[in-house]
Amino acid sequence: MKLSFSAADEAFREQVAAWLEANLCGEYEDIRFRGGPGDEHVFVEERKAWEQRLAEGGWTCIAWPESHGGKNASIEQQVIFNEEYARAGGPGRVGHIGETLMGPTLIEYGTPEQQAKYLPGILAGREYWCQGYSEPGAGSDLANVKTRAEFDSSTQQWRINGQKVWTSLAHESHYCFVVARTDPSQVGHKGLGFFMVAMDQPGVTVRPIEQLTGTAEFNEVFFDDAVCDATDILGEPGQGWAVAMALLGYERGVSTLGQQMLFQNELDEIIRHAKANGSAKDPAIRQRIAEAHMGLRTMRFNSMRMLSGGDGSQLSREAMIYKLYWSSWHRNLGKLAMDVLGEEAEVLPAAPYELNRLQSMFLFTRADTIYGGTNQIQRNLIAERALGLPREPRGQS
Amino acid sequence: MEFRFTEEQLMIQDMAASFVEEVSTSESVRAAMQSSMGYDPEVWQRITQELCWQALPIDEEQGGLGLGFVELAALLEQTGRRLLCSPFFATVCMALYTLKQCPNSDAKTQLIESLLEGQTAALVHTDANGSWQADAALPELKSGVIDGSASHVLNGDSVQWLIVAVREASGLSLFKMATDTAGLTREALASMDQTRRLARVEFNGVKLEDVERLCDPQQGSAIVQITLELARIGAAAEMVGVAQQSLDSSVAYIKERIQFGRTIASFQAVKHKCADVMVKLESSRSALYYAVCIADEFMAGSANLRDLQEAASIANTYASEASFFAAGVGIQLHGGVGITAEYDIQLYFKRARALEAYLGQPHWHRERLASLLLDGDAA
Repeated sequence: MKLSFSAADEAFREQVAAWLEANLCGEYEDIRFRGGPGDEHVFVEERKAWEQRLAEGGWTCIAWPESHGGKNASIEQQVIFNEEYARAGGPGRVGHIGETLMGPTLIEYGTPEQQAKYLPGILAGREYWCQGYSEPGAGSDLANVKTRAEFDSSTQQWRINGQKVWTSLAHESHYCFVVARTDPSQVGHKGLGFFMVAMDQPGVTVRPIEQLTGTAEFNEVFFDDAVCDATDILGEPGQGWAVAMALLGYERGVSTLGQQMLFQNELDEIIRHAKANGSAKDPAIRQRIAEAHMGLRTMRFNSMRMLSGGDGSQLSREAMIYKLYWSSWHRNLGKLAMDVLGEEAEVLPAAPYELNRLQSMFLFTRADTIYGGTNQIQRNLIAERALGLPREPRGQS
Repeated sequence: MEFRFTEEQLMIQDMAASFVEEVSTSESVRAAMQSSMGYDPEVWQRITQELCWQALPIDEEQGGLGLGFVELAALLEQTGRRLLCSPFFATVCMALYTLKQCPNSDAKTQLIESLLEGQTAALVHTDANGSWQADAALPELKSGVIDGSASHVLNGDSVQWLIVAVREASGLSLFKMATDTAGLTREALASMDQTRRLARVEFNGVKLEDVERLCDPQQGSAIVQITLELARIGAAAEMVGVAQQSLDSSVAYIKERIQFGRTIASFQAVKHKCADVMVKLESSRSALYYAVCIADEFMAGSANLRDLQEAASIANTYASEASFFAAGVGIQLHGGVGITAEYDIQLYFKRARALEAYLGQPHWHRERLASLLLDGDAA
């Protein structure tokens, strides 16, 4: 067991840091530390240009195999890249869904033609993807997908009808990967297909969802006879669930260390306020700030353990607790921020509803414990998969 | 970065797990609790003669194995998991690690040799009220003699050697003391957790010989402070074991217990409690792994005291809260039988509470960290 990185990895860190210092400046100065969770609606055009700058420097998709244009970066190198990126204030990535989720899935399940069609756009930072999983009636119960895909043999195309929801960056994306039912006689995770659907077509409508923050990161996406070529189904009809779950498995947690740097920035800001307004002398606030600090440090130790562990084929115990841990921690941090600021937090920087970073964080952290599997679903998963307790009974769908 | 056990470390852990499971059954824990020494000397004999656990952190040139805190914590997690009643923690985690920091002397060499042979020792660093804080009223060395008493001394009633912290005008010194020394009396304290023996040690005109001196007054305070940080990490390892077994035994129980025609494990309210325990348990395990790495780095001179303090406070707090929560939930999940003497979960609950209180409760650690974060100076 050791904490330090190898000399080669440290050299890699210097390389990353030097490139970021030389490039994340000038026209990109304004987007530093922007565009993260809860802030994804800002500076979108500038962040797209930044994606391409990253690509030119060879810093997109570093985890991909070299044969597909990546660097075949080790877990350690990916960790280092994410840490340095966050430390430098690298903006929220517009291309992260393509890079971390769709790309690896295409590399594993795609045909050579599909790979040739889609991977270069992701690699170049020019084509963005969004995720079409959740539906109004399929949230936690993701397998209850009602969106249908029917094959039209006259046009040799799939015709897609239905509605997806909570789709981040839908209005900025070129493609959406859509889980849709190919066999209407089947229910649950059977009879599904995984489709790569172009967003720029008459059958696709995107409608933003205004959130409690007054902003709209999430969207509804309506498919009304949207079309998708026969060659744009990933895997076979009926394999959609397996592909959809495999996609979620590629997020092995390397981005978590970058996320933690954003959390550290938030905690540092809270500490600055606490020192300035005197609440740093309040014994109860002191306990909570120390608790937040310990929690964030431990989150990092959880990540380091997760990233050092196993062969990745099975979720380890520390990986299973990760979502519930960070979402609960972050929600508590939001409340701590408000309690440190007290009544001051009630007044916004500007009308009609402009929030400062801590106000926005406080409100948006209420989403953390819901998206990506609610805390209740996480507890079920831990109980059933890690502790072997009986599964929840299913009702009729 | 390799944040997991090596093959060799896993082997040490597995061997320890099967040994402790064999020697520290529910019956043997209860027998040891009631025994005069508070532990089974035959088990100690096996630990020191067959397994040589005490040799683990001793340098190779002194006849030890030259391993470190990572391996020690792997053992302590297993001893905690089975509530092993033993002077191991007092002897190795505290006395031996104190000695390792002392400058070379005949007294140090002799005591390390004795411990390597399998003798037991305790560090006496508390005052009459059991305080270990900077302002603790430790015995004062006047004209070569000490008077006073120390409470809450781990295994202090039965160990063969003491390392006594005494105040001098110019600081804190450590002395080796044989337990047949004139003027020294010791008695076991009745304690809520009966698996971990505490004692009161009294000094009535005890003469300290200079040949038994282990360090100068300029050194003692820092040595004891570091030993306590390491002990907090060692206790965290035990508590991770306590939490793990509390969860395991509770999960086993709820899978068997049937009410309303179904196992109580199938109720979501029950499942979610277990999930919450696991989150705390695995988080404290991660914090422990970090802390044991820092402990070894500190002993090798590549981490600083502030890193050690922070790591010790985080690991100890997380493990305290995890083990107390796990054992408390464990009693609840056992239902009525959880509060009987017959079931072991109550023993885990008591051990969890005893270790939580040991060398700083969670709110003490939080305040210490708050001071580092908000006031800019170490506690």
